[in-house]
Amino acid sequence: MAVRADLVEAPKTVLVMEELTAYYGKRMAIEGVNLAFPSKAITALIGPSGCGKTTLLRCLNRIHEAAGNGRVSGRVLLDGRDIYASEVNPVAVRRRIGMVFQRANPFPTMSIGEDVVSGLRYAGGVRSKARLREAAERVLRLAFLWDEVKDKLNHPGTSLSGGQQQRLCIARALATDPEVLLMDEATSALDPIATAQIEELMISLSGHYTIVAVSHNMQQAARVSTHTAFMLAGAERIGRLIEFGETNQVFTRPRERQTEDYITGRFG
Amino acid sequence: MTGAASLGPEGAVAPRRSNRAVRRFWSAVGVFAAALCSGIAASTLIVIIGYVITQGIAAINLPFFLEVPRPVGMTGGGVANGIVGSAIMVAIAALLATPVGVLTGIYLALFGRGAAAEGIRFLADVLSGVPSIAIGLFAYTVFVAPFKHFSALSASIAFAILMLPIIIRTAEEALRSLPSTIREGALALGMSLYSATVKVILPAARPAIVTGLLLAVARVTGETAPLLFTAFGSQFWELNPTNPMAELSLQVFTYAISPYDDWHRQAWAGALVLISVVFLINVFTRVALRTPTGR
Repeated sequence: MAVRADLVEAPKTVLVMEELTAYYGKRMAIEGVNLAFPSKAITALIGPSGCGKTTLLRCLNRIHEAAGNGRVSGRVLLDGRDIYASEVNPVAVRRRIGMVFQRANPFPTMSIGEDVVSGLRYAGGVRSKARLREAAERVLRLAFLWDEVKDKLNHPGTSLSGGQQQRLCIARALATDPEVLLMDEATSALDPIATAQIEELMISLSGHYTIVAVSHNMQQAARVSTHTAFMLAGAERIGRLIEFGETNQVFTRPRERQTEDYITGRFG
Repeated sequence: MTGAASLGPEGAVAPRRSNRAVRRFWSAVGVFAAALCSGIAASTLIVIIGYVITQGIAAINLPFFLEVPRPVGMTGGGVANGIVGSAIMVAIAALLATPVGVLTGIYLALFGRGAAAEGIRFLADVLSGVPSIAIGLFAYTVFVAPFKHFSALSASIAFAILMLPIIIRTAEEALRSLPSTIREGALALGMSLYSATVKVILPAARPAIVTGLLLAVARVTGETAPLLFTAFGSQFWELNPTNPMAELSLQVFTYAISPYDDWHRQAWAGALVLISVVFLINVFTRVALRTPTGR
């Protein structure tokens, strides 16, 4: 079912999940997920509300455990090393695995220019003004935002439109040079034009980054992703991985009956 | 209440005309009562302020702000030493209470979980209800009696204790009211919890935390009870905080219970100054610290 890590092309960065089970306090939210995310490609996580796809994503950069009662068992291997191993610092993990949230979250007191390099500066320890400015321009260009903000880098990030804010957050995540980018329904709060811009951006980034994107929108998953993972929670509300494969195959010739039912709109 | 109780099962389905009239009547009564009470509450404040202004304005003049008290029988003199003393004592209290209060608020909002945090929160709530005279007595026992010496410093400590629960609760609320996505966004960039707190979370909460500080300052500025056995008061210029020191509200108290008309006028003027200061602090926190996005 899962793509085997040794079959992935050019496996420079390989992200593999083994028997991952996540809890909120005592309640199990997802159980026993095995999944190898293909390198330098976009994997879409789809499934109905409450199936655990966001929780799964949040386990990949250990932010799940940063919010109160989150707990995880199982392994997540990044380049063969378990990010949940006891000697691994979650802060170091998050520098290699960036994340973009459902709602754009520019930092309220920072200007666009400060915000976009805040990770580089406060997590990466870069102090040089010239290097920070250089990095800001580089990632804002990557995020197709440079031309729109180059004359107002000292304006607050919160003054931008929703779509621009989200591209700012993507640029910010790229500034620390991560290998993996996690996106949690990054377009769900945006209008169609801003959504199209973000999708275009995702495709342009996928050649350089391993992207894992949660989407509640099947058309979007079909448009942008190369691989798709379908998750489903049963009556006991524990999410499980039902099917994983190339997007084309999952959407046109699903192996599992439940996948077909979901994709054809019979539920969810 | 009355309207709802009079509705039978049928009435609830198809309210009859008389029922509706009764409900409208009681609704009007309720609105009128609420408006009347609001009016009483607001007018009380206006009457108090108006009375203090009419009584105090006559004694307000430049010497009142620039001179120290004169002996009984001599006209003139002012409360300059009390105003300066108040400022010194409140400033020292703010310096003592701010770090402790803000750090406690940070702990409760971001790190504290379980029984320890609940206990601290409960103690802060209890502390905010302790009468200020009890805190004054405590400061006397611990910081005055052992040194056999009244001091402004002991008053500052009593003030700081009074300020603590206000600062703690406003700091905690300020941090809690930030969306969790701000904190997670900082952590997701690979910032340590320390960097995320200091570089992102605290700056975002700063206006609300400063508001709490200023409200705490306003709260203790009018306090008199804890000063009776700590700062004690003084008729002279005194700037050394280890000595007894004059304080404006204490001067108002002393002058008001004296038998001299001249001192009574000065007491009203002092009360007017106190109210003005508290009023200005409140106006400032509302206007100057309003966040651009509004609240």
